[in-house]
Amino acid sequence: MEIKVGLASCGLAAGAGEIYKAIENYLAGKEIDVTLKKTACIGMCFAEPIFEITTDDGKSITYGRVTAEEVGSIIESCLKKEPLLEKAILSPDFECPENENLGSQTRIVLRNAGHIDPESIDEYLANDGYKALEKVIKTMKQEEVIKVIKDSGLRGRGGAGFSTGLKWQFAYQNESDKKYVICNADEGDPGAFMDKGILEGDPHSVIEGMLICAFAIGADEGYVYCRAEYPLAVRHLKKAIADAEERGIIGENIMGTDFNFSLHIKEGAGAFVCGEETALIGSIEGKRGMPNLRPPFPAKSGLWGKPTNNNNVETYANIAWIILNGAEEYRKFGLETCPGTKAFALAGKIRNSGLIEVPMGTTLRNVIYGVGGGMKFDKPFKAVQLGGPSGGCIPEHLIDTPVEYESILKTGAIMGSGGMVVMDTDTCMIDIARFFLNFTQNESCGKCTFCRIGTKRMLEILNRITSGEGKMEDIDTLDKLAHQIIDTSLCGLGKSAPNPVLTTIKYFREEYIAHIVEKRCPAGVCTALLKYTIDAAKCIGCTVCARKCPVDAISGTVKQVHVIDQDKCIKCGACYEACRFDAVKKV
Amino acid sequence: MDKKEKIDAIIAKFKGKRGATIPLLQELQEVEGYLERETISYVAAETGIKIADMYGVATFYSMFRLKPQGRHIIKVCKGTACHVSGATAIFHAIQGHLDLTDVEDTTSDGKYTLMEVACLGCCSLAPVMMIDEDTHGKLTPDSVGKILDRYE
Ligand SMILES: Cc1cc2nc3c(=O)[nH]c(=O)nc-3n(C[C@H](O)[C@H](O)[C@H](O)COP(=O)(O)O)c2cc1C
Ligand code: FES
Repeated sequence: MEIKVGLASCGLAAGAGEIYKAIENYLAGKEIDVTLKKTACIGMCFAEPIFEITTDDGKSITYGRVTAEEVGSIIESCLKKEPLLEKAILSPDFECPENENLGSQTRIVLRNAGHIDPESIDEYLANDGYKALEKVIKTMKQEEVIKVIKDSGLRGRGGAGFSTGLKWQFAYQNESDKKYVICNADEGDPGAFMDKGILEGDPHSVIEGMLICAFAIGADEGYVYCRAEYPLAVRHLKKAIADAEERGIIGENIMGTDFNFSLHIKEGAGAFVCGEETALIGSIEGKRGMPNLRPPFPAKSGLWGKPTNNNNVETYANIAWIILNGAEEYRKFGLETCPGTKAFALAGKIRNSGLIEVPMGTTLRNVIYGVGGGMKFDKPFKAVQLGGPSGGCIPEHLIDTPVEYESILKTGAIMGSGGMVVMDTDTCMIDIARFFLNFTQNESCGKCTFCRIGTKRMLEILNRITSGEGKMEDIDTLDKLAHQIIDTSLCGLGKSAPNPVLTTIKYFREEYIAHIVEKRCPAGVCTALLKYTIDAAKCIGCTVCARKCPVDAISGTVKQVHVIDQDKCIKCGACYEACRFDAVKKV
Repeated sequence: MDKKEKIDAIIAKFKGKRGATIPLLQELQEVEGYLERETISYVAAETGIKIADMYGVATFYSMFRLKPQGRHIIKVCKGTACHVSGATAIFHAIQGHLDLTDVEDTTSDGKYTLMEVACLGCCSLAPVMMIDEDTHGKLTPDSVGKILDRYE
């Protein structure tokens, strides 16, 4: 029997470390044949901590939300071939609650995540690892590799969706004594964690993609630019590079050929704009990460002025699969114009939040209500946010939009890198617009005037509206500023920063009007328009609210009606959540 | 190793390498928890990197700190998923618990520094915060105090 525990950052935060120890303790000193292994995130973050048991007859079950006390009885039941199914989530062999939803994915980039030990190069090798590299450097010409990637129709997963094959071709055609490959692992969109899942769970797949790219374009050196907030991803990546070097997969005369490649990691220092490729290159060069005008594109003049190919983590993770299975096989998934699959990070008010992968062109409805399992609470769906600070909020009536670059663009949002934050009627759309604008305004590098100052003016207006001081003409001013920023900004940050505002005005105009005219926040979020009070007729003086209040704003003794001191109240809603007698009112 | 030896070792590692400013400052910051003025001047003199370039980088990237920080760093996630799950209330509850105002980020006893980050990549456990290297998820305004009190 084999037990695999998910020890990625999400698992560890939910207590997977203790589960691993509990299993070790349980197995210690027992005469049973069980192998205990570590793996990363299988994507079911909502059910962490998770482990998977594979019995000797090849049947497997994934258990979730387990506690250390339950570990023993679950293992015992599996040894007896009568597995306990109460905590089972997913299984190809037994009836489990998520078989239909989560079982319906197509996993190419996440093929190994959550299945293999990301720190073991041998496990990667045992799963066809580095076979694509071997095929490429021993049997293929550079042009042939580029043709396969072009034919596959793979488009960059970092957001813009540019043809990967074409990009490689440009870098290949630009002759130079030195070329570079870069992997963009900056993943700055808040609410997106696909790249983190891939790097923590299967770092070798990204390295293999980079090696193949380096061979194809004629580069011999590469950088992975990784976000500082991802310490575990960096650790796994460092180990993977060291192991690959030791096995002669990175270095000189790779696999006995005359292909050489060295790979470095650059840790980001916290700047969203560094996800933009020219800023990223500046940052690797040790400068402030300010975007530059393109052309020249990096394929012509990139890192230290040399031809450079930059792709996203997920883009690289597709490459080895495409080489091994062929372009035609890849095109069987997804759409004609947009083949393959896409990984999404589901978060917010969705039941199965976590990391999933579906064919391109799957509708938002199928992602949210299918794989995603629907809404988390009993509040109805209101919107889904795609594309982070550059994207927008897609409302209920467009939920049958297929996820694919062009269709999403038509809604006013963008496909982005794959973060999907689901919102219910408890979310205020003006607050969301303000949230993103606050983010982009903070992260603007300051180079372009409209991006630097225009976003600030827009933010001031949104602050005004959410505090009940908005005017009707503010909506038009927002729209005007938005278009000026789009027209005059150099890079994608400014060009797309107004999207969250524009989409919310487009789809949720009545909510803006409620804030401005009625001084009311329909979702009950904007604290300035909101007050918590205690209904004297319903309060029985149980003191629970007073004890829950983090700032001691509630006074009252046992069996007496409690009162909220409005000056002290921070409107966190803790009392509202805590009251079992429906006595705390949001007005 | 004392402080000067540590700094000299870092200088030796990066001196003369191109593109070294950011990793150099990252390692320097680990020595004292922040970038001291004297350290920057000293490193500038030793490496030939201009003071202005170092400050240019240090003030551009949010990870660099120019002030001393607390023994424990609390990073409250204010990413999208955490925002819609009540991160603002969590932040205020921590501020309240530590008696911090909007303009201070470090407690007067030097125990904690409170910061915001945009997404720790654990969105499924929103709202989330990170204290030093540990991530804590599914926070509520009244659970944060208990978690904070566990740190010495
Ligand atoms: C403000 C801004 C932030 C970006 N952040 C990222 C990012 O975090 N990760 C990423 O892969 N691409 C990001 N991009 C897109 C990159 O500039 C670039 O298009 C991408 O890395 C190319 O890789 P691909 O062709 O594989 O998608 C960002 C672009 C902009 C304008
Ligand atoms: S939004 Fe908080 S962890 Fe992602």
